[in-house]
Amino acid sequence: MSETEPKEKPDLAIDQDIGNFSYPEDYAFDAGTGLTDKTIDYICDAKDDPDWVREFRKKALKVFQQKPLPTHWASQDLQNIHFDDFRYYLSKGAKSKRTWDEVPDDVKRTFERLGIPEKERMFLAGVEAQFDSEAAYSNIKKAVEEQGVIFVGSREGLKEHPEIFRPWFGKVIPTADNKFSALNSAVFSGGSFIYVPKGVKVKHPLQAYFRINAENFGQFERTLIIVDEGAEVTYMEGCTAPKFDSVTLHSAVVELVALKGAKIQYITVQNWSPNVFNLVTKRGIAHEEAEIKWIDCNIGSRLTMKYPGVVLKGRKARGEVLSIALANNGQHQDTGAKMIHAADETSSNIISKSISIGKGRATYRGLVHIPRHLKGCKNNTECDALLINTDSRTDTYPAIVTRGEGNSVQHEASVSKVSAEQIFYMQQRGLSEGQAMSLSVNGFVNDLVRQFPMEYSVELKRLIDLEMEGSVG
Amino acid sequence: MKNTLEIKNLRAGIGGTEILHSLNLTVPKGQVHAIMGKNGSGKSTLAKVMSGHPDYEVTGGDVLLDGESILGLEPDVRARAGLFMAFQYPSEIPGVTIANFLRAALNARRPEGEEVDAVEFYHHLYAKMDLLKIDRSFTSRAVNDGFSGGEKKRNEILQMAMLEPKYAVLDETDSGLDIDALKIVSHGVNSLRGPKLGILVITHYQRLLDYIVPDVVHVMVGGQIVKSGPKELALELEKKGYDWVEKDLVAA
Repeated sequence: MSETEPKEKPDLAIDQDIGNFSYPEDYAFDAGTGLTDKTIDYICDAKDDPDWVREFRKKALKVFQQKPLPTHWASQDLQNIHFDDFRYYLSKGAKSKRTWDEVPDDVKRTFERLGIPEKERMFLAGVEAQFDSEAAYSNIKKAVEEQGVIFVGSREGLKEHPEIFRPWFGKVIPTADNKFSALNSAVFSGGSFIYVPKGVKVKHPLQAYFRINAENFGQFERTLIIVDEGAEVTYMEGCTAPKFDSVTLHSAVVELVALKGAKIQYITVQNWSPNVFNLVTKRGIAHEEAEIKWIDCNIGSRLTMKYPGVVLKGRKARGEVLSIALANNGQHQDTGAKMIHAADETSSNIISKSISIGKGRATYRGLVHIPRHLKGCKNNTECDALLINTDSRTDTYPAIVTRGEGNSVQHEASVSKVSAEQIFYMQQRGLSEGQAMSLSVNGFVNDLVRQFPMEYSVELKRLIDLEMEGSVG
Repeated sequence: MKNTLEIKNLRAGIGGTEILHSLNLTVPKGQVHAIMGKNGSGKSTLAKVMSGHPDYEVTGGDVLLDGESILGLEPDVRARAGLFMAFQYPSEIPGVTIANFLRAALNARRPEGEEVDAVEFYHHLYAKMDLLKIDRSFTSRAVNDGFSGGEKKRNEILQMAMLEPKYAVLDETDSGLDIDALKIVSHGVNSLRGPKLGILVITHYQRLLDYIVPDVVHVMVGGQIVKSGPKELALELEKKGYDWVEKDLVAA
């Protein structure tokens, strides 16, 4: 077979030094490249999966193989993914670590290089950091455990808590939802399982850091969060990946279930290296008077496709997506939100801000669905795009379908540019061109970032600064 | 020369057209100089060339800040060296508060990694705002976003006060201001006058100079300084019009 050149080569002129490092590969379990029934068996054996999971995976593999690549999606770049070249399972072996002392040194070094402050760890109620496929470190503070909260890896979740895990697993996002959810369902490993019992309000955010650390290795974590009646939780996820020359595939599935009156806030700040395909399916079901809020920041990656959604299943349920996407040279951020109204008096809010730099391309793709028979539903959609230099491209595809009377929707979109005059003005005050750009971009996202938890807004600002430093010639 | 801003035989223009023709001007620290001139005489070009606007090209001469040439420097380096320009049309920066903008500008003047102490910063900021009679709530607004003409110009003067330049160029600061706003802005500039600051006021109208009284007045015609004199020159110019200088020029 002859080598085929990728159709669109990403321009790698971005200073991503912060993610440009890796440690020797030493994987006790390595499924090799390619994906067949055998690979699934290998994964199941290595993970000691129960039979129902093996069956689930094999069915999913068939769906994956049968489903075509989504042609209506944004980019032909998907055709450059050679599924046979990837490793689908890697593990450090053994169980996830319970204490910091047990965490391997190279993992610790990785965290250090990422600048995850020690102090921050102290604040966190629980840290679930995924190093490759398995959680390398997981620790829940006593207070949270005593409240009956379960916060474990997905593997422990399905093994030790099948009575809670199984009824919801794959129900919010069915295997056949799309090709990549099928892929994830076949080979998933890692990710978190969280259950918050009735009425428990988890004070501190639960947190996970994700990272890819093997060339050609796709990461397929699977997260399931179930929050029982009247309970509340905030989950935070942050990603940084090291830079490699060949393509890396990341395809996660995240399912949220908010039962009556429950509240879930799911926060993602990710900074993938520019060779990563990030094709993620995220969706939540909000029951009566429940609230699901996705806060999603996408920086980096070669191609990101991600449209967090909320199915508003119960009366007065609320759904919200606040998203920020930054597309630098050679990157395409195709992001958005889905709000499926399925009960009366449900409301949804979407605020999306995108920044395109150089040849970076940002696309907003939204779906709001309010069927005819519903009453008193509301949606607000706002999309703002900021362009930095003339090569940038931005597209907005808001699909808002409202039927019936007594439902209201509101949509606003804006496109603005960082002008040369604005940059000159700031330079005249002593800011370098890069600092001026950073400040403009931070100003643009400011009203959204203010809604983030403190440590994440600081991290996001740092990421924007890094991106802008590399974007000024 | 130390303690002066010198413009020597400066030739500059835009898009291949020369606008400034061997312009000479010296502003010593501690003094206020005014440049008066008609529209199109090259006043604003001078301000932009001095501050390093990328659209303008310099074809000859020099601009020296305390004896050091600044012409080869980036605009931000010139600013940090002590040159401030109050813009005729200040840009809006949505989402960035005045306080944060000023902090970023002050941090840019510090060694890398070193930041202005927050308590000290606000102490300093509030002192300057009191001096300029600016309401405290002003600083939490986004820079020039939705500001009136008067507010924009006050914001320029507040930035000038905070950044403490060695030399400040005020480009048509009076344009678009009513008489009350003009008084407030002039009061601000006057309260910043002192031995450590040289000010160059660029204006079309004499009325600004009723409030900011200059030490020296220069008249600019066709991209050159054609006449300089004491503050009374402004009044004479107002009375006789620019034609008077131009006729003089032809006669000479």
